Amino acid sequence: MVNLIWALLAIIGIVYAAFNGTMKEVNQAIFQTLDEAVMITISLAGVLVFWLGLMKIAEEAGLLRGLAVLFKPVVRRIFPDIPDNHPALGYILSNMTANMFGLGNAATPMGLKAMKELKDLSGSDHASRSMITLLALNTSSLTLIPTTVIAVRMKYGSSDPTSIIGATILATIISTCAALCIDRYFYYRRKRRLGL
Amino acid sequence: MISIWLIPGIICLVLVTATIKKIPSYEVFVEGSKEGLQIAVSLLPFLLGMMVSIAVFQASGAMEAVLVLFEPVMNAFGAPEEILPLAFIRPISGTAALSMTTELIRTFGPDSFIGYLASVMQGSTDTTLYIITVYFGAVGIKRMGDALKVGLLADLVGILASIIIVIILFQ
Repeated sequence: MVNLIWALLAIIGIVYAAFNGTMKEVNQAIFQTLDEAVMITISLAGVLVFWLGLMKIAEEAGLLRGLAVLFKPVVRRIFPDIPDNHPALGYILSNMTANMFGLGNAATPMGLKAMKELKDLSGSDHASRSMITLLALNTSSLTLIPTTVIAVRMKYGSSDPTSIIGATILATIISTCAALCIDRYFYYRRKRRLGL
Repeated sequence: MISIWLIPGIICLVLVTATIKKIPSYEVFVEGSKEGLQIAVSLLPFLLGMMVSIAVFQASGAMEAVLVLFEPVMNAFGAPEEILPLAFIRPISGTAALSMTTELIRTFGPDSFIGYLASVMQGSTDTTLYIITVYFGAVGIKRMGDALKVGLLADLVGILASIIIVIILFQ
């Protein structure tokens, strides 16, 4: 499905540009994006190197295990396929915590490390059940404090920049619950199909 | 602000615990860091490929054309059409969404109905396509299963929830 979306976005874009006379813009966009992608990867590399180093210390010091034990009842329900005391749980929880506090650049490295642990667990190049669940949690973004939005509101002179926090939390809870439900629904559908 | 204290606090907590437990913290840090570099390098092809495709779609003007088609759907929900491009682009491109949110807040004011709506929409969902690309790309997952469907459906629920909540709370 991703192959199709990827190809279609580019094909539709190029065909549309042919009729719309925007081929010059398309050319510009292609080469500008190459630079952008490299820049994003480089700045992500810095964040990844730093946080995965720090989290390795946290793992060795037993802090991640502590976090996993603390939230065990919740995580057990969301990720029933991960065995107890598996290091993936600690990274998943750090990822979720960082997301909640709006630490986007700390959340990504921990999420990626959690993915890596989950891949070691499944040992195949198919997305496992837990991987899809982790992804669903991240795409619906469990934000408690939307720091970037508050900063933008402040900049343009809002009389109460933080007034949107309550509404954002409510919306984020609804979208996260929906993500988990939809994820479960697709899981059981897959299971039923395999069972037939 | 609490956020200024958060990251230094976490760093301090980790280092103090490691030192008390006599863990060779610097060596362990370097060991863990190396993995970060590997992940970043394996990420570039996935990220670059996806970003180029999205950029072509956007620069050609095709994205705007698609948005026009969706206007009646949005109006049916009682949402202003100015918000439509943001709702559409939020799952696809994070930087584009943030610049749109900023533009809406600047034009209509942060405390207007559209300002509130843009703020909540921006804050309550994330860039699904980017997250799938990065998270699965980093560990080399080729078969994504239902991940994309789950992510996009959750985005749809999140966007509709934002609209309904803002209508109830701020209008």
